[in-house]
Amino acid sequence: MRLQEYQGKELFRRVGIPVADGKVALSAPEAEQIARELGGPVVVKAQVLVGGRGKAGGIKLARTPQEARAHAEAILSMTIKGERVRKVLVTKAVAIEREFYLSITIDRAAKKPIVIFSAEGGMEIEELAKTYPEKIIKFHIDPLIGLQSYQVRTALYQAGIAPSLMRSLSEIFFKLYQAFVQYHAQLVEINPLALADGKLIAVDSKFIIDDDDIPAELAGWEEEELAGSPEERAAKQAGLQYVKLDGTIGIIGNGAGLVMATLDVVALKGGRPANFLDIGGGASAEMMKKALQIVLSDPNVRGLFINIFGGITRCDEVARGLVAAQQELGIRVPMVVRLTGTNEAEGRKILEAQGITPVADMEEGAAEIVRKTS
Amino acid sequence: MSILINSNTKVLVQGITGSEGSFHTQRMREYGTQIVAGVTPGKGGSDFEGIPVYNTVAEAVKNHEIDASAIFVPAQFAADAIVEAADAGIKLIVCITEHIPVHQMLKVVQVVSQKGSRLIGPNCPGVISPGKSKVGILPNHVFKPGPVGIVSRSGTLTYEIADQLSRAGIGQSTVVGIGGDPIIGSSFIDILALFQKDRQTKAIVLVGEIGGTDEERAAEFISQHVTKPVVAYIAGFSAPPGKRMGHAGAIISGGEGTAQAKAQALEAHGIPVATTPHQIVELVRAVVPEREARSRTHLSLR
Repeated sequence: MRLQEYQGKELFRRVGIPVADGKVALSAPEAEQIARELGGPVVVKAQVLVGGRGKAGGIKLARTPQEARAHAEAILSMTIKGERVRKVLVTKAVAIEREFYLSITIDRAAKKPIVIFSAEGGMEIEELAKTYPEKIIKFHIDPLIGLQSYQVRTALYQAGIAPSLMRSLSEIFFKLYQAFVQYHAQLVEINPLALADGKLIAVDSKFIIDDDDIPAELAGWEEEELAGSPEERAAKQAGLQYVKLDGTIGIIGNGAGLVMATLDVVALKGGRPANFLDIGGGASAEMMKKALQIVLSDPNVRGLFINIFGGITRCDEVARGLVAAQQELGIRVPMVVRLTGTNEAEGRKILEAQGITPVADMEEGAAEIVRKTS
Repeated sequence: MSILINSNTKVLVQGITGSEGSFHTQRMREYGTQIVAGVTPGKGGSDFEGIPVYNTVAEAVKNHEIDASAIFVPAQFAADAIVEAADAGIKLIVCITEHIPVHQMLKVVQVVSQKGSRLIGPNCPGVISPGKSKVGILPNHVFKPGPVGIVSRSGTLTYEIADQLSRAGIGQSTVVGIGGDPIIGSSFIDILALFQKDRQTKAIVLVGEIGGTDEERAAEFISQHVTKPVVAYIAGFSAPPGKRMGHAGAIISGGEGTAQAKAQALEAHGIPVATTPHQIVELVRAVVPEREARSRTHLSLR
């Protein structure tokens, strides 16, 4: 689960990392009202999960409440990299003297959390790594004992941090690690971590929470991420793994790796996949029906490729779900079904009785659906 | 020979009375796996189809010689089950369970390695040495004994590739699903090292996918330590960044973990990468010695 900036800042507040006062607005008048309450200059920030919103014009400084209203009006009508802006964060403007970068993420190769710190902040970490590679400091945390003081000291000395800032920066490291652990995060990032009026303040937030371990106190927070895609929400409720893509061929398969391979083979044959959908191992006819409903609810879908390799999943079960869905939903787009493995003969019979002739080979199926939709 | 498991491997099933555990215990037995005991807390003293069930792993180990444990317990108890197996001294732990919290796994992998056990998974299909033994959920009918080792982050995709190979008359020495999670017990490198030493294995198929840098590190390792031919397939060229593609570990983040980068790294180290799962058969035919004679056909590499 990825959090919006304002949600992440709320979590920063809960662990004691300072953030500027601010509130979320859904409309321009609301933004004006918040700006008035805050007093003084404010920043109006698009709440989107994609990066690069500043460059896209999604962050604006407003000196008056009227100006905040005008900016909110403009930003709320924007779509940034395909993501429609639904909310803006109106926050007190701070006079930034200096910017740092601080994050904690999971180093998969080392199998440990890793802290990344830089005395230069404000730009994206990839850019930072290119511009100031020598200024990026990284160290691992032993998850059995957690972050240690000497590690933070070593990093701060290495970065040449002034003695006057050592203590307050060190505190932020520990509070960020607390947030990382407490909220079961895979990534927490403060960029920039700013020095303003002699105090440290988190000007932005980035959080990725483990989907398998969402803390009870964050129940319902995933709504923000799902708001943009009704299909993804429906899939989540049905317990299916679905990712919307921008093509026209709907894809359903069993097993994440197989579905990824299916997308690739369809693309290789010249088609454009509309989605990723994994019905999982041992899926029932009912699951298959739900999967079809979700894929077909996407108006861009002009064809359907179903790729089933029966291992634990039984081909006859999948075929029954497909037939039930066809009768109830009336599938109107061209469809190719690839069916092989456990109970293949029974599955084939069920489909053939309905006038569907399955193919046995995945490449052949991919080529056929591309032909039928182009 | 084979790696990790063979016909003598004595297996414990943790969660043997659960729906997954009981179903797959039967399938493993049909395959010839020696299942000597099971564990389900609260069911100690009973049996599952003649297999004695214990309350704890320690008790099972006291009464039986056990080489490997297969874990089928639900996600909320799985981290505990892995550590319990390691603490009882079981050397090979295969965890099938999906959705174990990453923060728990960070601690578990450290404890397991301190105890000297090897963990395969979690979120994996397990291990099969065709014709000898199976610890996991891989479908029995797909695999045939032979010279090719397969190591993969995926389940169904592995079955697909093994099936293609078997149909083409190319059997497998051992097939290892290492799991689709971001934190797993054994990486490609760990399994590649075992295949390199195994006499039955003449060639290796590596099946990777987006997320992390395990394939890149494997490429480096192969160029330095693996003399046997290796061919690869990578899934996820069409995956957008920032989206979890089914597996928790299959996500491109911060520009890292793209299929393109992985394929490039493998090819840069001389490892051919198939563009489709089917093409793996051609690539393997070209490198497995005993088949070489009848597979001198044109080969198109990426």
